[in-house]
Amino acid sequence: MSYLEYNVKTVPTGLRKVLHVNWPLVLLLAAVASVGFLMLYSVAGGRIDVWAEPQMKRFAIGLVGMLAIGFVPIWFWRNVSAVAYLGSLLLLVAVELFGDIGMGAQRWLEIGPLRLQPSELMKIALVMLLAAYYDWLDVKKVSHPLWVIIPVVMILVPTFLVLKQPDLGTAILLLAGGGIVMFVAGVRIWYFGTVIALGVALIFTVIESRGTDWQLIKDYQFRRIDTFLDPSADPLGAGYNITQAQIALGSGGWAGKGFMQGTQSRLNFLPEKHTDFIFTTLAEEFGFIGAFSLLMLYVMILLFCIQSALANRDRFSALLILGISSTFFLFFMVNMSMVTGLMPVVGVPLPLVSYGGTAMIILLAGFGLVQSAHIHRPR
Amino acid sequence: MRRSPRDAQESHRRIGRRAMLLGSLQAVFVGTLAFRMRYLQVDQADEFLLLAEENSIKVRLLPPARGLIQDRNGTVVAGNEQNYRITIIQEDAGDTSAVLDELAQLIPLTDDDRERTLKEAARTPTLPITIADRLSWEEFSRVAVNAPALPGITTEVGLSRFYPQGADFAHVLGYVGPVSDYDLSKIEDPDPLLKIPRFQIGKIGVEAKLEADLRGKAGSRRIEVNSSGRVMRELGRQEGDPGANVRITIDHRLQNYVQARLGEESAAAVVVDVNTGDILAINSAPSFDPNLFVRGISGPDYRALTENDHRPLADKTVQGAYPPGSTFKIVTALAAMEAGVINPGETVYCPGYTQLGNRRFHCWKRGGHGYVRMTESLEKSCDVYYYEVAQRVGIDKLAEMARRLGIGARFDLPMSAISEGLAPDKNWKLAKYGKSWLVGDTLNSGIGQGYVLASPLQLAVMTARVASGRAIEPRLVRAVDGLDVPLAEAPLLGLSDAALRAVRQGLFDVSNSQSGTAYRSRIVDDTMRMAGKTGTSQVRNITAAERARGVFRNEDLPWERRDHALYVCYAPFDAPKVAVSVVVEHGGGGSTAAAPIARDIVLHALHGGIPPLTAYPADQRNRIEAEREKLQLLDPEGPSGGRSRA
Repeated sequence: MSYLEYNVKTVPTGLRKVLHVNWPLVLLLAAVASVGFLMLYSVAGGRIDVWAEPQMKRFAIGLVGMLAIGFVPIWFWRNVSAVAYLGSLLLLVAVELFGDIGMGAQRWLEIGPLRLQPSELMKIALVMLLAAYYDWLDVKKVSHPLWVIIPVVMILVPTFLVLKQPDLGTAILLLAGGGIVMFVAGVRIWYFGTVIALGVALIFTVIESRGTDWQLIKDYQFRRIDTFLDPSADPLGAGYNITQAQIALGSGGWAGKGFMQGTQSRLNFLPEKHTDFIFTTLAEEFGFIGAFSLLMLYVMILLFCIQSALANRDRFSALLILGISSTFFLFFMVNMSMVTGLMPVVGVPLPLVSYGGTAMIILLAGFGLVQSAHIHRPR
Repeated sequence: MRRSPRDAQESHRRIGRRAMLLGSLQAVFVGTLAFRMRYLQVDQADEFLLLAEENSIKVRLLPPARGLIQDRNGTVVAGNEQNYRITIIQEDAGDTSAVLDELAQLIPLTDDDRERTLKEAARTPTLPITIADRLSWEEFSRVAVNAPALPGITTEVGLSRFYPQGADFAHVLGYVGPVSDYDLSKIEDPDPLLKIPRFQIGKIGVEAKLEADLRGKAGSRRIEVNSSGRVMRELGRQEGDPGANVRITIDHRLQNYVQARLGEESAAAVVVDVNTGDILAINSAPSFDPNLFVRGISGPDYRALTENDHRPLADKTVQGAYPPGSTFKIVTALAAMEAGVINPGETVYCPGYTQLGNRRFHCWKRGGHGYVRMTESLEKSCDVYYYEVAQRVGIDKLAEMARRLGIGARFDLPMSAISEGLAPDKNWKLAKYGKSWLVGDTLNSGIGQGYVLASPLQLAVMTARVASGRAIEPRLVRAVDGLDVPLAEAPLLGLSDAALRAVRQGLFDVSNSQSGTAYRSRIVDDTMRMAGKTGTSQVRNITAAERARGVFRNEDLPWERRDHALYVCYAPFDAPKVAVSVVVEHGGGGSTAAAPIARDIVLHALHGGIPPLTAYPADQRNRIEAEREKLQLLDPEGPSGGRSRA
């Protein structure tokens, strides 16, 4: 859809755009972020300056960024999709060459004062590119093998680069996020069936490769899988995180131990208590009620996005909204599954809650695109 | 790209269908997650709550206060003192070395302290390491005030053993020290208390033998710890039971006096209550300060103790076994009279020696004593008389009498390494050396030489038994935890009155007859007259070469080859209260080296303090008075122990 296709009279312009922002969504995002502030305050032992305050500042910046992106017409974003994708790809290569090494993985790129994680950027850029691709592609050709190969390559190239860092969590998110956009775009379901079957076969092969000289993943990733399958086998080693996280969660009970009363997190039994494992502190201090409420907030964000997508007759917008909301879904789903022991531990933060550098700003930028699509929808 | 409206509509519908499908899939995932959360947080909550508590709540033992040891009148002789110490937690300190530098400006720190602290801190960075303990209050408060500027430093107050009387009780009480791996290896099922680092247990002596009573029961405190084991707060505290107080039979003032009186001699003295067997004083000299061992004795100090030829670490009172010399004549005399081989009125001629085959057994008096009766034989300590009687009675009966009087018998006392002494007989020699007993052996045994061995404690018990006529048992513990140890009247020895009377008269004459061997050490106060027996036991044979050179006098020999001086006595003669034995190693003659000490001890014991000079013969009073001034007593006048702390 080009500018000419929009009905200029019905698409809001100027300051009137403010009225057409999806405010409930903004409110929900702020609510989730506030839960984050509260928990960061708690895990810092009642100190605001350690994590909560920087997080608030970042959220404020992200919020402004989101609205700014939202006010830019959606067709602009469609037009720059390819540029965003190529830029992110370039940065991923750059990180491979000059990146900082942190926690045994090469993820960070330092540009002036900015510490950038290009893989975060790629999550949004990939969704943008795929949405633009399917917007451009004739609907009838969607399931044609040739036209399926192209998006698959688009997905696999960054996935491969991220996997090399190595960052299994982001790789999975990229793969799943890209797959979801293809799914929503209408690619025949048997493609997915085949890919899932192949995936299972691949996992089997990976496990088989263990200990041989063609081992496909790193030892620590194998250990994580082992630990996932039986955390109690090594409660003080690799299984420590999972065991302690589950103890924290479980001991929270129905209503929790109370704000700032979580023994597990306050006494440092929890690993990464302010980042990937922050959900356990919430679950410990506010119990099932608190944990379930946060889950419902996430679900409501999801619902508002799906509703917005369904109401949007622009193909790019709908695909973009669904793609970004699904990426968001994958974030919290993988994180919560990980800390509740449904999935092996992969480094995925809890969106908007975990203390995290660029992750939050980029996620909010993604929601900026959602807002842009919402504001500039054809009427 | 332009699209026909129909295409657009079809595309929109398709996205809608797929979006719904996707939404349903997401709902399934969310549902699964919600159920998982419910399972963990509601169904399994109790189990996880327990695990969380186990994680964060630890039980730490509280060491109980060790039971006090009191003397017979209640004065504390082993107490506990506040121990001010300073600990550091490496994790909090950051740069431990720098913090120690700061600390060194406040309190003296040795290089040893520093090295040990750094080493231990590196091993357990999250646990408190003791940097220095037993600080003075001034040092302690200086650190406490500056603690905020010293990261990781904590000041603590604990209890530590303290022996207010120092060296006086070192041998009998022993001392405590930190549990060693060796200690633990000896115990089947160690009390968890023993695993507390630096927990003090009795190492030797009463402290070790009555450990079970003194230790007490551990208390506990429930604390919350974080993942690195650091204590965050205390949740609850249950005090343990302090150890039982033990009251011993010793009188600390007498003990102090005896220790001072023995001075730097290598000597031992035992004072026994004749009627109850209570040990009123039991001293080995020279002694050492047990507090040094509690604090951890330094290498040079320890070497000084082990290399000293006067063996300060040995408890000569019970561990030492000496040939009793002439003091054994009491045994020989009683054995002979009980066997009926001699009666008190019968005389034996002493020409100065006894000829046995081609061997000559000399009397100490070269010219001989002439005709000697029982009482005279004791009074003048005639050897020939006892060669004769011993030969008549035979070694087996001699040994039996020795055991009856306590020599070669084992006493059940809470002291370490108690020697049984030795009352040799024919079977013993056969078993030990595979040789048959010779008459010459009997002769030597008769005068307490040869194989016969007795500890100073056994000599005191022997004397007390002769004085009372009863088989009293020595007793060291008077009460445990406020409960008196029952005391039954000792059974009679079953010796005939005539025999006992004769021996007692002989002993009285030793000290009170002008020709008695200990006449110079007599007591002139009629209420405290003393009966005793001197002994001089050879530690070597006089070689022919020495005899040729004319070396007979002890003073001419090197210290370690001189004779042991012994004296046993009881007093008052007519109503015996205390029995005393004194052994001065290499002291020379019993009458000159041991008897004067024994007399002073007897007088102090009977008078309950320094006796008036009128108890001494008039011509000795000036000298006695001068000697007294040299003695350094804890509290010559005070009614009870001075520096006792509880």
